[in-house]
Amino acid sequence: MYDSGKIIAGLLIFVLFVTIPVWYNRGSAGAVPDLELPKDAKTCVLPAAEIRAEHMKLLNVWRDEVLRDGERGTFEVDGKQYQKSLMLTCMKCHTSKVRFCDRCHDYTSVNPYCWNCHLAPVE
Amino acid sequence: MDTNRRNFLKVAGISTLAGLGGTTIVNRLIAGVDEAHAAAAAGAEMEQKAAETIRYGLVIDIKKFQQDPSLGEKAVNACHQIHNVPKFPEKRDEIKWIWMTHFENAFAESPNLYQDEANQTHLLPILCNHCDNPPCVRVCPTKATYRYEDGIVGMDYHRCIGCRFCMAACPYGSRSFNWRDPRPFIENINRDYPARTRGVVEKCNFCVERVQAGLQPACVEAVGDSKALVFGNLKDPNSEIRQILKEKQTIQRNPSLGTIPSVFYIV
Ligand code: SF4
Ligand code: SF4
Ligand code: SF4
Repeated sequence: MYDSGKIIAGLLIFVLFVTIPVWYNRGSAGAVPDLELPKDAKTCVLPAAEIRAEHMKLLNVWRDEVLRDGERGTFEVDGKQYQKSLMLTCMKCHTSKVRFCDRCHDYTSVNPYCWNCHLAPVE
Repeated sequence: MDTNRRNFLKVAGISTLAGLGGTTIVNRLIAGVDEAHAAAAAGAEMEQKAAETIRYGLVIDIKKFQQDPSLGEKAVNACHQIHNVPKFPEKRDEIKWIWMTHFENAFAESPNLYQDEANQTHLLPILCNHCDNPPCVRVCPTKATYRYEDGIVGMDYHRCIGCRFCMAACPYGSRSFNWRDPRPFIENINRDYPARTRGVVEKCNFCVERVQAGLQPACVEAVGDSKALVFGNLKDPNSEIRQILKEKQTIQRNPSLGTIPSVFYIV
């Protein structure tokens, strides 16, 4: 093989270069965000796995039912009545947007525009 | 290559024809839209049946606002506070859901050279009329503004694209546009109700969030027992608002436009 030295060195540099993100973030990238859960509330409106995966869809369903169909009734979870509302239900337990919502959203690099209008609790 | 060119020419030819016959096509499209409307109307008829029992309305007693000018201030402040309506320093940015104005501004169809003194000097409140035939709803391309079955004309800010067609369509100037980010200009934020963002239109929502939960509108509550504002169901012949409408002569703003307002004024 001609110029094998140059080729192998080049390949090595190339491999190192394309794997920069892997070794540069070594150790830190995998850390799952640490969420601050509500202290006094034991149950969410859905089981944890479901609300984690589906909360954005649920919020859209609530929005449409309340705002467009005028269905403003409450629903019951574990004997307690809840409104279909981000500000009046979710954020009454999750009182810190910064230490709950933002931690996951930042980690997954999503930027929901809920907060352009909706107001988070004072922190 | 040849077939591509052929297809291209076909499309170009058809487009030219369409361009030449533009009016016919447009007319046809309009006919199609009408059909769609008819179909939607048929579906809505069922809903309409259910809706036949409620239509919310408001009676405003101008005399009471003249006798006690603090009532107007109370109503406006209550509404703007509870709904996070911003207060911009510049008039051109102004956002308002309910505000006080002169008689001749509110009732442009009743000009009177020799107006009585009370109406000349005093102000009366105006707000969205929650028209039964609302032009704002008809023009909104995204259905961001829409009519509930109970007659309230609502806004869904999630959908509003800020085209401002509704502002052009509303003959009462009931709507305001957020030219700037309103958040820094809200005094005493109410954290139980959302704010708005730059680029959306907003207006009085007849306190839909309160009324549909069985409460009275905030402005009505703010004027207390004065009965300067009376809110109720226009379709219930026994309601307080219907009793008032039966006893007192009332007028509506610009009735000749056919918008059929749900807000009535006792002069
Ligand atoms: S007053 Fe204006 S904004 Fe209100 S329903 Fe009528 S047309 Fe629409
Ligand atoms: S500004 Fe918003 S509410 Fe008004 S017509 Fe456009 S989309 Fe509809
Ligand atoms: S009905 Fe509600 S939203 Fe409309 S002016 Fe009164 S307080 Fe404001």
